[in-house]
Amino acid sequence: MVNNNLKVATQPKAAAQPVSESASALLSELVAHLRQNRTQLREEWVVRITEAELLTAMTKDEIFAEATSVYDSYVEALETGTLEALQAYARNLSERIIPRGVETDEVVGIVLLLRDVLARSLFAKYHEDFKVLGRVLDAYEPAANRIAITVAVGFVQERERVIREQQEAIRELSTPVLQVRERLLILPMIGLIDPHRARQLTEQLLHGIRANRAKVVVIDITGVAAMDANVANHLVLTVEAARLLGATVIVTGLSPEIAQTLVKIGVDLGKMNTVGDLQGGIEEAERLLGFKVFPIRETPAG
Amino acid sequence: MGEGVRVEQESKVRVETEADIVLARQQGRAIARDLGFTLGNATLIATAISELARNIVQYATRGEVILKRIENGSQKGLVVIARDEGPGINDVRRAMEDGFSTSGRLGLGLPGVRRLMDEFNIHSEVGKGTTVTASMWKS
Amino acid sequence: MAVPILKQGQTLIASIQAALTDTDLLELRDALLEQVGRYRSRGVIVDVTALDVMDSFSTRTLRDVAHMTRLRGAQTIIVGIQPEVAFAMAQFGLTLEGVPTKLDLEEGLDYLAGTAKPGSDG
Ligand SMILES: Nc1ncnc2c1ncn2[C@@H]1O[C@H](COP(=O)(O)OP(=O)(O)OP(=O)(O)O)[C@@H](O)[C@H]1O
Ligand SMILES: [Mg+2]
Repeated sequence: MVNNNLKVATQPKAAAQPVSESASALLSELVAHLRQNRTQLREEWVVRITEAELLTAMTKDEIFAEATSVYDSYVEALETGTLEALQAYARNLSERIIPRGVETDEVVGIVLLLRDVLARSLFAKYHEDFKVLGRVLDAYEPAANRIAITVAVGFVQERERVIREQQEAIRELSTPVLQVRERLLILPMIGLIDPHRARQLTEQLLHGIRANRAKVVVIDITGVAAMDANVANHLVLTVEAARLLGATVIVTGLSPEIAQTLVKIGVDLGKMNTVGDLQGGIEEAERLLGFKVFPIRETPAG
Repeated sequence: MGEGVRVEQESKVRVETEADIVLARQQGRAIARDLGFTLGNATLIATAISELARNIVQYATRGEVILKRIENGSQKGLVVIARDEGPGINDVRRAMEDGFSTSGRLGLGLPGVRRLMDEFNIHSEVGKGTTVTASMWKS
Repeated sequence: MAVPILKQGQTLIASIQAALTDTDLLELRDALLEQVGRYRSRGVIVDVTALDVMDSFSTRTLRDVAHMTRLRGAQTIIVGIQPEVAFAMAQFGLTLEGVPTKLDLEEGLDYLAGTAKPGSDG
Protein backbone atom coordinates (compact mmCIF):
# COMPACT_ATOMS: atom_id res chain seq x y z
CA MET A 1 0.00 0.00 0.00
CA VAL A 2 2.90 2.27 0.75
CA ASN A 3 4.13 1.57 -2.74
CA ASN A 4 0.97 2.91 -4.28
CA ASN A 5 1.36 6.19 -2.51
CA LEU A 6 4.89 6.55 -3.68
CA LYS A 7 4.00 5.87 -7.24
CA VAL A 8 1.35 8.52 -7.13
CA ALA A 9 3.87 10.99 -5.83
CA THR A 10 6.66 10.21 -8.24
CA GLN A 11 5.21 8.94 -11.45
CA PRO A 12 3.96 12.17 -12.95
CA LYS A 13 7.55 13.38 -13.18
CA ALA A 14 8.72 10.25 -14.94
CA ALA A 15 5.74 10.29 -17.25
CA ALA A 16 6.38 13.89 -18.18
CA GLN A 17 9.69 12.84 -19.63
CA PRO A 18 9.27 9.63 -21.52
CA VAL A 19 12.54 7.80 -21.68
CA SER A 20 13.49 7.90 -25.33
CA GLU A 21 15.75 5.37 -26.99
CA SER A 22 18.74 7.65 -26.80
CA ALA A 23 18.01 8.55 -23.20
CA SER A 24 17.90 4.92 -22.24
CA ALA A 25 21.12 4.31 -24.11
CA LEU A 26 22.64 7.17 -22.16
CA LEU A 27 21.34 5.76 -18.90
CA SER A 28 22.98 2.41 -19.54
CA GLU A 29 26.22 4.12 -20.43
CA LEU A 30 25.92 6.06 -17.21
CA VAL A 31 25.23 2.91 -15.21
CA ALA A 32 28.33 1.29 -16.71
CA HIS A 33 30.34 4.30 -15.65
CA LEU A 34 29.03 4.16 -12.10
CA ARG A 35 29.78 0.44 -11.88
CA GLN A 36 33.31 0.91 -13.16
CA ASN A 37 34.09 3.61 -10.64
CA ARG A 38 32.21 2.05 -7.79
CA THR A 39 35.11 1.82 -5.32
CA GLN A 40 36.29 5.35 -5.83
CA LEU A 41 32.85 7.03 -5.91
CA ARG A 42 31.65 5.16 -2.89
CA GLU A 43 34.77 6.19 -1.01
CA GLU A 44 34.24 9.79 -2.00
CA TRP A 45 30.65 9.64 -0.84
CA VAL A 46 31.57 8.23 2.55
CA VAL A 47 34.15 10.98 3.01
CA ARG A 48 31.55 13.60 2.18
CA ILE A 49 29.10 12.04 4.65
CA THR A 50 31.68 12.17 7.41
CA GLU A 51 32.69 15.73 6.54
CA ALA A 52 29.09 16.86 6.64
CA GLU A 53 28.79 15.19 10.06
CA LEU A 54 25.87 13.08 8.99
CA LEU A 55 25.02 9.70 10.53
CA THR A 56 27.10 10.52 13.59
CA ALA A 57 25.27 7.87 15.55
CA MET A 58 26.89 5.20 13.38
CA THR A 59 30.46 3.86 13.29
CA LYS A 60 32.68 4.27 10.24
CA ASP A 61 32.35 0.60 9.33
CA GLU A 62 28.61 0.76 9.57
CA ILE A 63 28.45 3.85 7.39
CA PHE A 64 30.65 2.13 4.85
CA ALA A 65 28.54 -1.01 4.80
CA GLU A 66 25.28 0.93 4.40
CA ALA A 67 26.84 3.21 1.81
CA THR A 68 27.82 0.18 -0.23
CA SER A 69 24.30 -1.22 -0.17
CA VAL A 70 22.70 2.12 -0.95
CA TYR A 71 25.15 2.73 -3.77
CA ASP A 72 24.41 -0.62 -5.38
CA SER A 73 20.65 -0.25 -4.96
CA TYR A 74 20.92 3.23 -6.36
CA VAL A 75 22.73 2.10 -9.49
CA GLU A 76 20.32 -0.76 -9.88
CA ALA A 77 17.36 1.60 -9.64
CA LEU A 78 18.93 3.77 -12.33
CA GLU A 79 19.42 0.75 -14.52
CA THR A 80 16.06 -0.93 -14.17
CA GLY A 81 13.96 2.17 -13.60
CA THR A 82 12.05 0.29 -10.91
CA LEU A 83 12.10 1.50 -7.37
CA GLU A 84 10.75 -1.51 -5.50
CA ALA A 85 14.10 -2.95 -4.46
CA LEU A 86 15.39 0.42 -3.36
CA GLN A 87 12.14 1.13 -1.57
CA ALA A 88 12.35 -2.11 0.34
CA TYR A 89 15.94 -1.41 1.18
CA ALA A 90 15.15 2.13 2.31
CA ARG A 91 12.45 0.87 4.62
CA ASN A 92 14.71 -1.81 5.97
CA LEU A 93 17.52 0.69 6.49
CA SER A 94 15.15 3.09 8.24
CA GLU A 95 13.97 0.34 10.53
CA ARG A 96 17.54 -0.28 11.61
CA ILE A 97 18.70 3.29 12.02
CA ILE A 98 15.61 4.98 13.47
CA PRO A 99 16.06 3.38 16.89
CA ARG A 100 19.59 4.80 16.91
CA GLY A 101 18.35 8.32 16.58
CA VAL A 102 19.13 9.04 12.93
CA GLU A 103 17.11 12.04 11.80
CA THR A 104 15.20 12.70 8.60
CA ASP A 105 17.54 15.49 7.47
CA GLU A 106 20.50 13.12 7.74
CA VAL A 107 18.89 10.56 5.46
CA VAL A 108 17.84 13.20 2.95
CA GLY A 109 21.32 14.68 3.28
CA ILE A 110 23.21 11.51 2.41
CA VAL A 111 21.03 10.78 -0.62
CA LEU A 112 21.52 14.31 -1.91
CA LEU A 113 25.26 13.95 -1.33
CA LEU A 114 25.31 10.78 -3.37
CA ARG A 115 23.39 12.51 -6.13
CA ASP A 116 25.95 15.27 -6.03
CA VAL A 117 28.99 12.96 -6.00
CA LEU A 118 27.66 11.08 -9.01
CA ALA A 119 26.72 14.23 -10.89
CA ARG A 120 30.21 15.59 -10.37
CA SER A 121 31.77 12.43 -11.72
CA LEU A 122 29.52 12.65 -14.76
CA PHE A 123 30.59 16.23 -15.19
CA ALA A 124 34.24 15.22 -14.98
CA LYS A 125 33.74 12.49 -17.53
CA TYR A 126 31.77 14.45 -20.12
CA HIS A 127 32.88 18.02 -19.51
CA GLU A 128 34.62 18.18 -22.86
CA ASP A 129 31.43 17.64 -24.78
CA PHE A 130 28.76 19.96 -23.46
CA LYS A 131 26.07 18.55 -25.71
CA VAL A 132 26.56 15.04 -24.44
CA LEU A 133 26.94 16.27 -20.88
CA GLY A 134 23.63 18.08 -21.18
CA ARG A 135 21.88 14.98 -22.38
CA VAL A 136 23.51 12.78 -19.78
CA LEU A 137 22.40 15.10 -17.01
CA ASP A 138 18.90 15.28 -18.50
CA ALA A 139 18.68 11.52 -18.29
CA TYR A 140 20.29 11.36 -14.87
CA GLU A 141 18.49 14.10 -13.02
CA PRO A 142 14.87 12.95 -13.06
CA ALA A 143 15.92 9.43 -12.19
CA ALA A 144 18.13 10.67 -9.38
CA ASN A 145 15.34 12.84 -8.05
CA ARG A 146 12.92 9.98 -8.01
CA ILE A 147 15.41 7.92 -6.10
CA ALA A 148 16.02 10.67 -3.58
CA ILE A 149 12.30 11.11 -3.03
CA THR A 150 11.78 7.39 -2.68
CA VAL A 151 14.40 7.02 0.01
CA ALA A 152 13.29 10.10 1.90
CA VAL A 153 9.60 9.20 1.78
CA GLY A 154 10.41 5.64 2.82
CA PHE A 155 12.28 6.94 5.82
CA VAL A 156 9.58 9.37 6.84
CA GLN A 157 6.87 6.73 6.52
CA GLU A 158 8.85 4.31 8.61
CA ARG A 159 9.39 6.99 11.22
CA GLU A 160 5.70 7.76 11.31
CA ARG A 161 4.97 4.10 11.76
CA VAL A 162 7.37 3.86 14.68
CA ILE A 163 5.85 6.92 16.30
CA ARG A 164 2.36 5.54 15.86
CA GLU A 165 3.40 2.29 17.43
CA GLN A 166 4.89 4.07 20.39
CA GLN A 167 1.78 6.15 20.87
CA GLU A 168 -0.27 3.01 20.70
CA ALA A 169 1.88 1.36 23.35
CA ILE A 170 1.57 4.36 25.64
CA ARG A 171 -2.18 4.41 25.16
CA GLU A 172 -2.51 0.79 26.05
CA LEU A 173 -0.48 1.26 29.19
CA SER A 174 -2.77 4.03 30.26
CA THR A 175 -5.99 2.07 29.85
CA PRO A 176 -5.72 -1.04 31.93
CA VAL A 177 -8.52 -3.46 32.50
CA LEU A 178 -8.00 -4.70 36.03
CA GLN A 179 -9.19 -7.92 37.53
CA VAL A 180 -9.88 -7.26 41.21
CA ARG A 181 -11.19 -10.66 42.04
CA GLU A 182 -12.38 -13.64 40.15
CA ARG A 183 -15.01 -12.72 37.56
CA LEU A 184 -14.87 -9.02 38.41
CA LEU A 185 -13.19 -6.48 36.14
CA ILE A 186 -12.64 -2.81 36.73
CA LEU A 187 -12.06 -0.34 33.95
CA PRO A 188 -10.90 2.98 35.31
CA MET A 189 -11.27 5.59 32.59
CA ILE A 190 -8.98 8.54 33.05
CA GLY A 191 -8.37 11.77 31.22
CA LEU A 192 -9.60 12.90 27.88
CA ILE A 193 -11.50 10.24 26.00
CA ASP A 194 -11.53 10.82 22.26
CA PRO A 195 -13.46 8.54 19.91
CA HIS A 196 -10.35 6.57 19.01
CA ARG A 197 -9.48 5.91 22.60
CA ALA A 198 -13.09 5.09 23.40
CA ARG A 199 -13.07 2.41 20.71
CA GLN A 200 -9.85 1.02 22.08
CA LEU A 201 -11.21 0.88 25.60
CA THR A 202 -14.28 -0.94 24.43
CA GLU A 203 -12.26 -3.47 22.52
CA GLN A 204 -10.03 -4.11 25.53
CA LEU A 205 -12.94 -4.41 27.87
CA LEU A 206 -14.95 -6.79 25.71
CA HIS A 207 -11.97 -9.04 25.10
CA GLY A 208 -11.09 -8.77 28.78
CA ILE A 209 -14.55 -10.01 29.68
CA ARG A 210 -14.04 -13.13 27.58
CA ALA A 211 -10.46 -13.74 28.63
CA ASN A 212 -11.23 -13.39 32.35
CA ARG A 213 -14.69 -14.89 32.16
CA ALA A 214 -15.94 -11.79 33.91
CA LYS A 215 -19.50 -11.66 35.18
CA VAL A 216 -19.48 -8.14 36.48
CA VAL A 217 -17.64 -5.09 35.19
CA VAL A 218 -17.26 -1.78 36.96
CA ILE A 219 -16.53 1.13 34.64
CA ASP A 220 -15.29 4.00 36.75
CA ILE A 221 -15.41 7.37 35.03
CA THR A 222 -14.52 9.51 38.05
CA GLY A 223 -11.35 10.53 36.24
CA VAL A 224 -13.10 11.65 33.08
CA ALA A 225 -13.60 15.37 33.07
CA ALA A 226 -15.92 15.72 30.13
CA MET A 227 -17.54 13.57 27.51
CA ASP A 228 -19.04 14.67 24.25
CA ALA A 229 -22.21 13.10 22.92
CA ASN A 230 -20.23 10.81 20.66
CA VAL A 231 -18.17 9.28 23.43
CA ALA A 232 -21.15 9.13 25.78
CA ASN A 233 -23.02 7.21 23.13
CA HIS A 234 -20.06 4.90 22.81
CA LEU A 235 -20.12 4.24 26.53
CA VAL A 236 -23.75 3.21 26.26
CA LEU A 237 -22.97 0.86 23.38
CA THR A 238 -20.16 -0.68 25.42
CA VAL A 239 -22.50 -1.35 28.32
CA GLU A 240 -24.96 -2.97 25.95
CA ALA A 241 -22.29 -5.05 24.21
CA ALA A 242 -20.95 -6.24 27.57
CA ARG A 243 -24.42 -7.40 28.47
CA LEU A 244 -24.64 -9.35 25.24
CA LEU A 245 -21.45 -11.12 26.26
CA GLY A 246 -23.12 -12.05 29.51
CA ALA A 247 -21.58 -9.50 31.88
CA THR A 248 -23.36 -6.94 34.04
CA VAL A 249 -21.92 -3.45 33.91
CA ILE A 250 -21.92 -0.99 36.79
CA VAL A 251 -20.94 2.59 36.00
CA THR A 252 -19.44 4.61 38.84
CA GLY A 253 -18.27 8.18 39.25
CA LEU A 254 -20.80 9.70 36.91
CA SER A 255 -20.47 13.49 37.20
CA PRO A 256 -23.61 15.62 36.90
CA GLU A 257 -22.27 17.02 33.61
CA ILE A 258 -21.77 13.61 32.04
CA ALA A 259 -25.11 12.43 33.42
CA GLN A 260 -26.69 15.35 31.64
CA THR A 261 -24.93 14.52 28.39
CA LEU A 262 -26.27 10.98 28.64
CA VAL A 263 -29.81 12.19 29.23
CA LYS A 264 -29.47 14.61 26.33
CA ILE A 265 -28.61 11.82 23.89
CA GLY A 266 -31.63 9.92 25.08
CA VAL A 267 -30.15 7.44 27.53
CA ASP A 268 -32.52 6.17 30.17
CA LEU A 269 -30.28 6.45 33.23
CA GLY A 270 -32.76 4.35 35.16
CA LYS A 271 -31.87 1.43 32.95
CA MET A 272 -28.18 1.92 33.50
CA ASN A 273 -26.66 0.40 36.57
CA THR A 274 -25.01 3.39 38.23
CA VAL A 275 -23.44 3.65 41.67
CA GLY A 276 -21.96 6.82 43.22
CA ASP A 277 -18.33 5.92 43.65
CA LEU A 278 -15.92 3.13 42.83
CA GLN A 279 -15.99 1.68 46.35
CA GLY A 280 -19.75 1.44 46.25
CA GLY A 281 -19.54 -0.04 42.78
CA ILE A 282 -17.22 -2.80 43.90
CA GLU A 283 -19.49 -3.59 46.83
CA GLU A 284 -22.46 -3.81 44.53
CA ALA A 285 -20.46 -6.02 42.18
CA GLU A 286 -19.52 -8.39 44.99
CA ARG A 287 -23.10 -8.52 46.08
CA LEU A 288 -24.09 -9.49 42.54
CA LEU A 289 -21.37 -12.12 42.35
CA GLY A 290 -22.13 -13.44 45.82
CA PHE A 291 -25.77 -13.65 44.98
CA LYS A 292 -24.99 -15.74 41.94
CA VAL A 293 -22.86 -18.15 43.95
CA PHE A 294 -25.24 -18.58 46.90
CA PRO A 295 -28.76 -17.94 45.72
CA ILE A 296 -30.24 -17.40 49.16
CA ARG A 297 -33.59 -15.77 49.06
CA GLU A 298 -36.84 -16.08 50.85
CA THR A 299 -37.94 -19.13 48.94
CA PRO A 300 -41.56 -20.13 49.01
CA ALA A 301 -42.06 -23.52 50.52
CA GLY A 302 -41.81 -26.25 47.95
CA MET B 1 -17.75 10.83 -0.96
CA GLY B 2 -16.09 14.15 -1.52
CA GLU B 3 -13.77 15.24 -4.26
CA GLY B 4 -10.40 13.64 -4.65
CA VAL B 5 -11.63 10.24 -3.63
CA ARG B 6 -9.78 7.64 -5.61
CA VAL B 7 -11.37 4.30 -6.38
CA GLU B 8 -8.90 1.48 -6.51
CA GLN B 9 -10.35 -1.93 -7.02
CA GLU B 10 -13.77 -3.38 -7.07
CA SER B 11 -15.44 -6.70 -6.71
CA LYS B 12 -18.99 -7.58 -7.42
CA VAL B 13 -21.29 -10.15 -5.87
CA ARG B 14 -24.52 -11.06 -7.61
CA VAL B 15 -27.29 -11.26 -5.06
CA GLU B 16 -30.25 -13.43 -5.80
CA THR B 17 -30.45 -16.24 -3.27
CA GLU B 18 -30.12 -16.51 0.49
CA ALA B 19 -26.72 -18.09 0.07
CA ASP B 20 -25.61 -14.96 -1.80
CA ILE B 21 -26.35 -12.91 1.32
CA VAL B 22 -23.84 -15.00 3.25
CA LEU B 23 -21.37 -14.88 0.39
CA ALA B 24 -21.58 -11.11 0.02
CA ARG B 25 -20.94 -10.42 3.68
CA GLN B 26 -18.08 -12.91 3.83
CA GLN B 27 -16.48 -11.28 0.82
CA GLY B 28 -16.95 -7.87 2.39
CA ARG B 29 -15.31 -8.99 5.60
CA ALA B 30 -12.36 -10.48 3.73
CA ILE B 31 -11.78 -7.32 1.70
CA ALA B 32 -12.12 -5.14 4.78
CA ARG B 33 -9.57 -7.22 6.66
CA ASP B 34 -7.31 -7.14 3.64
CA LEU B 35 -7.48 -3.37 3.67
CA GLY B 36 -6.38 -3.34 7.28
CA PHE B 37 -9.72 -2.67 8.97
CA THR B 38 -9.86 -3.93 12.54
CA LEU B 39 -11.85 -7.07 13.23
CA GLY B 40 -14.44 -4.86 14.93
CA ASN B 41 -14.90 -2.60 11.93
CA ALA B 42 -14.83 -5.50 9.48
CA THR B 43 -17.69 -6.97 11.49
CA LEU B 44 -19.65 -3.72 11.21
CA ILE B 45 -19.13 -3.76 7.44
CA ALA B 46 -20.13 -7.43 7.11
CA THR B 47 -23.27 -6.79 9.13
CA ALA B 48 -24.24 -3.83 6.95
CA ILE B 49 -23.72 -5.88 3.80
CA SER B 50 -25.87 -8.66 5.20
CA GLU B 51 -28.77 -6.24 5.70
CA LEU B 52 -28.49 -4.61 2.29
CA ALA B 53 -28.18 -7.92 0.49
CA ARG B 54 -31.20 -9.29 2.31
CA ASN B 55 -33.27 -6.27 1.34
CA ILE B 56 -32.34 -6.95 -2.27
CA VAL B 57 -33.41 -10.59 -2.11
CA GLN B 58 -36.53 -9.73 -0.17
CA TYR B 59 -37.85 -6.73 -2.00
CA ALA B 60 -36.19 -6.69 -5.41
CA THR B 61 -35.61 -10.40 -6.09
CA ARG B 62 -32.16 -9.78 -7.45
CA GLY B 63 -29.40 -7.22 -7.62
CA GLU B 64 -25.76 -6.87 -6.79
CA VAL B 65 -23.40 -5.77 -4.08
CA ILE B 66 -20.30 -3.95 -5.23
CA LEU B 67 -17.31 -3.54 -2.94
CA LYS B 68 -14.71 -0.93 -3.76
CA ARG B 69 -11.58 0.26 -2.10
CA ILE B 70 -11.55 4.03 -1.91
CA GLU B 71 -8.85 6.50 -1.09
CA ASN B 72 -8.99 10.13 -0.09
CA GLY B 73 -5.56 11.57 0.38
CA SER B 74 -3.90 9.38 2.95
CA GLN B 75 -7.23 7.92 4.09
CA LYS B 76 -8.29 4.53 2.87
CA GLY B 77 -11.71 3.06 3.03
CA LEU B 78 -14.26 0.70 1.65
CA VAL B 79 -17.53 1.54 -0.04
CA VAL B 80 -20.43 -0.87 -0.29
CA ILE B 81 -22.89 -0.30 -3.09
CA ALA B 82 -26.07 -2.38 -3.02
CA ARG B 83 -27.98 -1.95 -6.25
CA ASP B 84 -31.15 -3.42 -7.68
CA GLU B 85 -33.74 -2.75 -10.33
CA GLY B 86 -36.62 -3.75 -8.12
CA PRO B 87 -39.82 -1.89 -7.22
CA GLY B 88 -38.06 0.96 -5.44
CA ILE B 89 -39.14 2.58 -2.19
CA ASN B 90 -42.21 4.77 -1.97
CA ASP B 91 -41.18 6.94 0.93
CA VAL B 92 -37.45 6.79 1.46
CA ARG B 93 -37.58 9.04 4.51
CA ARG B 94 -39.95 6.72 6.30
CA ALA B 95 -37.96 3.67 5.25
CA MET B 96 -35.01 5.20 7.09
CA GLU B 97 -36.94 5.36 10.37
CA ASP B 98 -36.37 2.78 13.05
CA GLY B 99 -39.23 0.33 13.04
CA PHE B 100 -40.65 1.11 9.63
CA SER B 101 -41.28 -2.03 7.64
CA THR B 102 -43.64 -2.97 4.86
CA SER B 103 -43.04 -6.65 5.54
CA GLY B 104 -43.78 -6.91 9.24
CA ARG B 105 -40.13 -7.17 10.15
CA LEU B 106 -38.15 -5.18 12.67
CA GLY B 107 -37.65 -2.35 10.19
CA LEU B 108 -34.18 -1.86 11.57
CA GLY B 109 -32.15 -2.76 8.48
CA LEU B 110 -31.63 0.58 6.76
CA PRO B 111 -31.35 2.80 9.84
CA GLY B 112 -29.06 0.17 11.35
CA VAL B 113 -26.78 0.23 8.34
CA ARG B 114 -26.61 4.00 8.60
CA ARG B 115 -25.48 3.68 12.22
CA LEU B 116 -22.86 1.07 11.35
CA MET B 117 -21.16 2.96 8.55
CA ASP B 118 -19.46 6.37 8.36
CA GLU B 119 -21.28 7.56 5.29
CA PHE B 120 -24.66 6.52 3.98
CA ASN B 121 -26.66 7.43 0.95
CA ILE B 122 -29.83 5.95 -0.51
CA HIS B 123 -31.37 6.62 -3.85
CA SER B 124 -34.60 4.95 -4.87
CA GLU B 125 -37.12 5.44 -7.61
CA VAL B 126 -40.43 3.66 -7.68
CA GLY B 127 -40.50 1.24 -10.57
CA LYS B 128 -36.82 1.71 -11.28
CA GLY B 129 -34.86 0.40 -8.36
CA THR B 130 -32.81 1.20 -5.32
CA THR B 131 -29.14 1.99 -4.76
CA VAL B 132 -27.66 2.22 -1.31
CA THR B 133 -24.11 3.50 -0.97
CA ALA B 134 -22.41 3.14 2.39
CA SER B 135 -18.77 3.62 3.17
CA MET B 136 -16.38 3.36 6.06
CA TRP B 137 -13.00 4.99 6.47
CA LYS B 138 -10.14 3.36 8.21
CA SER B 139 -9.49 5.13 11.46
CA MET C 1 -30.76 -29.68 9.48
CA ALA C 2 -27.69 -27.44 9.54
CA VAL C 3 -27.52 -27.16 13.32
CA PRO C 4 -27.27 -30.22 15.55
CA ILE C 5 -29.48 -30.13 18.65
CA LEU C 6 -28.32 -32.02 21.70
CA LYS C 7 -30.61 -33.09 24.48
CA GLN C 8 -29.08 -32.99 27.92
CA GLY C 9 -31.57 -33.72 30.67
CA GLN C 10 -34.21 -31.04 30.51
CA THR C 11 -32.12 -28.78 28.37
CA LEU C 12 -31.74 -28.56 24.62
CA ILE C 13 -28.42 -27.34 23.30
CA ALA C 14 -28.11 -26.05 19.75
CA SER C 15 -24.55 -25.29 18.78
CA ILE C 16 -24.27 -23.41 15.56
CA GLN C 17 -21.21 -24.61 13.67
CA ALA C 18 -20.92 -22.23 10.73
CA ALA C 19 -22.57 -19.29 9.00
CA LEU C 20 -26.27 -19.90 8.52
CA THR C 21 -28.64 -18.84 5.78
CA ASP C 22 -32.02 -17.41 6.69
CA THR C 23 -33.66 -20.74 5.93
CA ASP C 24 -31.20 -22.57 8.18
CA LEU C 25 -32.14 -20.18 10.97
CA LEU C 26 -35.85 -20.68 10.47
CA GLU C 27 -35.35 -24.44 10.44
CA LEU C 28 -33.44 -24.18 13.67
CA ARG C 29 -36.26 -22.15 15.20
CA ASP C 30 -38.88 -24.70 14.16
CA ALA C 31 -36.81 -27.68 15.26
CA LEU C 32 -36.22 -26.16 18.69
CA LEU C 33 -39.90 -25.39 19.13
CA GLU C 34 -40.86 -28.86 18.09
CA GLN C 35 -38.35 -30.52 20.39
CA VAL C 36 -39.21 -28.34 23.38
CA GLY C 37 -42.76 -29.63 22.98
CA ARG C 38 -41.74 -33.21 22.42
CA TYR C 39 -39.28 -33.48 25.33
CA ARG C 40 -40.95 -31.00 27.66
CA SER C 41 -37.60 -29.22 27.97
CA ARG C 42 -37.21 -26.49 30.56
CA GLY C 43 -34.27 -24.75 28.99
CA VAL C 44 -32.80 -24.04 25.56
CA ILE C 45 -29.26 -22.89 24.95
CA VAL C 46 -28.27 -21.56 21.57
CA ASP C 47 -24.50 -21.36 21.20
CA VAL C 48 -23.57 -18.72 18.62
CA THR C 49 -19.81 -18.79 19.15
CA ALA C 50 -19.28 -19.65 15.49
CA LEU C 51 -21.32 -16.73 14.14
CA ASP C 52 -19.24 -13.80 12.96
CA VAL C 53 -22.28 -11.72 12.05
CA MET C 54 -25.58 -11.25 13.83
CA ASP C 55 -27.87 -9.12 11.72
CA SER C 56 -31.49 -8.13 12.14
CA PHE C 57 -32.72 -11.42 10.75
CA SER C 58 -30.71 -13.73 13.00
CA THR C 59 -31.36 -11.55 16.03
CA ARG C 60 -35.07 -11.49 15.38
CA THR C 61 -35.19 -15.22 14.80
CA LEU C 62 -33.36 -15.95 18.04
CA ARG C 63 -35.62 -13.55 19.88
CA ASP C 64 -38.61 -15.36 18.41
CA VAL C 65 -37.20 -18.66 19.63
CA ALA C 66 -36.93 -17.21 23.13
CA HIS C 67 -40.46 -15.85 23.15
CA MET C 68 -42.06 -18.91 21.61
CA THR C 69 -40.28 -21.41 23.83
CA ARG C 70 -41.24 -19.38 26.88
CA LEU C 71 -44.87 -19.91 25.96
CA ARG C 72 -44.15 -23.61 26.11
CA GLY C 73 -42.44 -23.40 29.47
CA ALA C 74 -38.81 -23.32 28.47
CA GLN C 75 -36.31 -20.54 28.95
CA THR C 76 -33.98 -19.78 26.07
CA ILE C 77 -30.58 -18.23 26.52
CA ILE C 78 -28.00 -17.23 23.97
CA VAL C 79 -24.36 -17.95 24.68
CA GLY C 80 -21.05 -17.26 23.00
CA ILE C 81 -21.66 -13.93 21.28
CA GLN C 82 -18.24 -12.72 20.12
CA PRO C 83 -16.98 -9.34 21.36
CA GLU C 84 -16.95 -7.79 17.89
CA VAL C 85 -20.37 -9.17 17.11
CA ALA C 86 -21.72 -7.85 20.40
CA PHE C 87 -20.46 -4.38 19.63
CA ALA C 88 -21.84 -4.46 16.09
CA MET C 89 -25.24 -5.51 17.45
CA ALA C 90 -25.19 -2.68 19.97
CA GLN C 91 -24.23 -0.14 17.31
CA PHE C 92 -26.87 -1.49 14.97
CA GLY C 93 -29.48 -1.20 17.68
CA LEU C 94 -30.17 -4.91 18.05
CA THR C 95 -30.56 -5.51 21.74
CA LEU C 96 -32.04 -8.99 22.26
CA GLU C 97 -34.05 -7.39 25.03
CA GLY C 98 -35.55 -9.87 27.43
CA VAL C 99 -33.32 -12.69 26.29
CA PRO C 100 -30.59 -13.67 28.75
CA THR C 101 -27.12 -13.88 27.24
CA LYS C 102 -24.17 -15.67 28.81
CA LEU C 103 -20.49 -15.98 28.09
CA ASP C 104 -20.40 -19.60 27.00
CA LEU C 105 -22.10 -22.96 27.25
CA GLU C 106 -20.80 -23.62 30.74
CA GLU C 107 -22.18 -20.32 32.01
CA GLY C 108 -25.43 -21.02 30.25
CA LEU C 109 -25.83 -24.39 31.92
CA ASP C 110 -24.95 -22.87 35.32
CA TYR C 111 -27.50 -20.17 34.81
CA LEU C 112 -30.24 -22.61 33.89
CA ALA C 113 -29.37 -24.78 36.88
CA GLY C 114 -29.76 -21.66 39.06
CA THR C 115 -33.07 -20.55 37.60
CA ALA C 116 -34.47 -24.06 37.80
CA LYS C 117 -34.69 -23.57 41.56
CA PRO C 118 -37.88 -21.83 42.56
CA GLY C 119 -37.73 -18.22 43.56
CA SER C 120 -34.49 -17.16 41.99
CA ASP C 121 -33.99 -15.20 38.86
CA GLY C 122 -31.19 -13.51 36.96
N1 LIG D 1 -33.92 -2.81 -2.03
C1 LIG D 1 -35.19 -2.46 -1.72
N2 LIG D 1 -36.15 -2.41 -2.64
C2 LIG D 1 -37.42 -2.04 -2.33
N3 LIG D 1 -37.82 -1.72 -1.08
C3 LIG D 1 -36.90 -1.74 -0.09
C4 LIG D 1 -35.55 -2.11 -0.35
N4 LIG D 1 -34.87 -2.05 0.81
C5 LIG D 1 -35.76 -1.65 1.74
N5 LIG D 1 -36.98 -1.47 1.22
C6 LIG D 1 -38.19 -0.98 1.92
O1 LIG D 1 -37.78 -0.24 3.06
C7 LIG D 1 -38.35 -0.79 4.24
C8 LIG D 1 -37.38 -0.66 5.36
O2 LIG D 1 -36.24 -1.50 5.12
P1 LIG D 1 -35.40 -2.04 6.35
O3 LIG D 1 -34.33 -2.92 5.84
O4 LIG D 1 -35.03 -0.87 7.17
O5 LIG D 1 -36.47 -2.87 7.20
P2 LIG D 1 -37.09 -4.28 6.89
O6 LIG D 1 -36.36 -4.96 5.80
O7 LIG D 1 -38.55 -4.09 6.71
O8 LIG D 1 -36.85 -5.05 8.27
P3 LIG D 1 -35.48 -5.66 8.82
O9 LIG D 1 -34.39 -5.22 7.86
O10 LIG D 1 -35.31 -5.09 10.16
O11 LIG D 1 -35.69 -7.12 8.81
C9 LIG D 1 -38.71 -2.20 3.89
O12 LIG D 1 -39.78 -2.70 4.66
C10 LIG D 1 -39.08 -2.09 2.41
O13 LIG D 1 -40.40 -1.68 2.27
MG1 LIG E 1 -34.24 -5.13 5.80
